[in-house]
Amino acid sequence: MFLPQFLRDMRSQKMRTFLTIFGIIWGTISVVLLLGFGVGLEQRLYKNMHGLGEGIIILWPGRTSMAYEGLGKGRPLRFLEEDAFLLEREILQIKYSCPEYSKWDVKLKYKKNTYSSLVRGIYPFYSDMRNVIPERNGRFINRIDIEQKRRVIFIGFSIKEELFKDEPAVGKYISVNSVPFQVVGVLIEKTQNSTYGNRDEFTTFISATTFSSLFGYKYINNMVIQAHDPFQNEFIQERILQVLGKKYRFSPKDTEALLVWDTMENEKTTKAIMIGFNTFMGIVGAFTLIVGGIGVSNIMNAVVEERTKEIGLKMALGAKKRFVLGQFLFETLLITLVGGAIGLAFSYGIISAFPTTSIEEYIGKPTLSFGVGLVTVALLGLIGFISGLGPARRAANLHPVDALRQ
Amino acid sequence: MIKMKKINKIYGTGASKVEALKNIDLEVKENEFVGLIGPSGSGKSTLMNIIGCLDVPSSGEYYFGGESVENFNHNQLAEIRNEKIGFVFQNFNLLPYATAYENVEIPMIFMGVKAKKRKSMALELLDSVGLAARATHKPGELSGGEMQRVALARALANNPSLILADEPTGNLDTKSGDEILAIFENLWKQGHTLVVITHNPNISARAQRIVKLIDGTIENNGK
Ligand SMILES: Nc1ncnc2c1ncn2[C@@H]1O[C@H](COP(=O)(O)OP(=O)(O)OP(=O)(O)O)[C@@H](O)[C@H]1O
Ligand SMILES: [Mg+2]
Repeated sequence: MFLPQFLRDMRSQKMRTFLTIFGIIWGTISVVLLLGFGVGLEQRLYKNMHGLGEGIIILWPGRTSMAYEGLGKGRPLRFLEEDAFLLEREILQIKYSCPEYSKWDVKLKYKKNTYSSLVRGIYPFYSDMRNVIPERNGRFINRIDIEQKRRVIFIGFSIKEELFKDEPAVGKYISVNSVPFQVVGVLIEKTQNSTYGNRDEFTTFISATTFSSLFGYKYINNMVIQAHDPFQNEFIQERILQVLGKKYRFSPKDTEALLVWDTMENEKTTKAIMIGFNTFMGIVGAFTLIVGGIGVSNIMNAVVEERTKEIGLKMALGAKKRFVLGQFLFETLLITLVGGAIGLAFSYGIISAFPTTSIEEYIGKPTLSFGVGLVTVALLGLIGFISGLGPARRAANLHPVDALRQ
Repeated sequence: MIKMKKINKIYGTGASKVEALKNIDLEVKENEFVGLIGPSGSGKSTLMNIIGCLDVPSSGEYYFGGESVENFNHNQLAEIRNEKIGFVFQNFNLLPYATAYENVEIPMIFMGVKAKKRKSMALELLDSVGLAARATHKPGELSGGEMQRVALARALANNPSLILADEPTGNLDTKSGDEILAIFENLWKQGHTLVVITHNPNISARAQRIVKLIDGTIENNGK
């Protein structure tokens, strides 16, 4: 019923219609691409950030800064493996707590190739906490390695490159400070934008038990702690001060006794920045769409103007206000949605054709996510509705006699 | 059918104020054929718009089929126009881009008649005004007399009791005018009520009663 009328209107004003629809297409593409780039960037940032692990806390021993129970300040602290397990037992909110040994400048050698690496001594669950995931044909350090103090090693992918080049590494023996170790796994390629020590791609991992007996270490370098719910990280930090403060006799208020890196803080900051960034992108795009909407509103006003007499006639013949309102809203929404659909199709094409180049690591790949699509369609509908409402109401409120007289 | 008491219609305010109708008392009975005459500007169209529920009076009482129109809202007025009244205009007021039968269908659309039924009824109505063969023609392809007959078919679409015509033959030659008059007489015989504004002496000669307006007042009411 409304459709043939619409097609007639549009045909009679080809140029005007084209320009109007073009405005909406342009607006849609802006919104989709700006938001799409925003989402892509966000995903990339999180991915890079999660290279270190999701919402983990890293804890180093510090130096007391308050006198406590007769002990003077300035006392350096050192932690044992068992301290990590103590925390896990004492603090319910902690899911994993892993002691971590580390030693720099360990000489790795395979055939003629040598590499000087950071070696970390860890437990199996470290893999999940820190996103240290083996490539498909390998594995991470496991429980038996721990129990039997096996001489097996897990290596970063860049070290694998250095030592093995194109050769497969898993199963081969390398010397670690002249002690032979079997490679059991290689780290999968991942991006990581923050680290302590060295990036995982340049690091090797061995069983914590093997580490302490081989290198004769008693004290660990740090602990890695993961909460069941990362939003409890702050509370967990307070509890850690209490638990370790009790054991090592420092004040639970002595924040310098422990050096804490709560990676959730980075996450929160990034989230805030991304919200700001996406809002900005959205607003810029939305304004372009609004300009398109103004164009639609203008075209509809002109259509109402041209069809005043017809509206008057229809009212005389019994058309109710809501029919007239419906007709013009329908036309406006149709223009908007047709433009929007074409715009979405174009955006999809542009996004699909977006080259996967080296910059992807930093800015990510623009994504046409469900959310972006939803926001765009909602915006389009809203703009169509708002820009149609004025002209449609003008039409519906025409006085039939006056309209007929035109 | 309709009854008016002390109807006034005032356009504008202050210096540009026009009293188009003054204290009109008028009654039209079921199945009457009333001719409305008077000089230009005397208020004929204004009166017809009020009768047809297209406009509301500035003051006075108007009863349509026994009901006071005063309290009706837009939708109720639209329903009356749609179901009870058929309009015929001097300049036909056909939609130029629609075919004859599509034009006839319009009131049925607002009534909610289904598309298929609408079309067959429209064709029937066109047949009754002798235009079945022109059903798919657009107004531009029809003569004035044919256009007015399409408009008449449209006025009859929802089988209204009251037919209102504002100078239906004003733009037609004598022969076409007579054809329209013949249709009016036929409708009258079928029981419709007719109120026709006209300068056409043939029509006023056939009307049952003549109401003459001068300067917004009824000058003469009878034959
Ligand atoms: N919308 C309006 N605003 C102001 N004045 C109006 C309006 N409509 C009609 N009038 C005035 O009311 C008076 C009656 O007009 P109306 O159209 O009813 O006359 P009429 O008898 O139909 O004349 P005609 O034979 O020329 O059609 C005229 O003086 C006209 O100028
Ligand atoms: Mg008139």
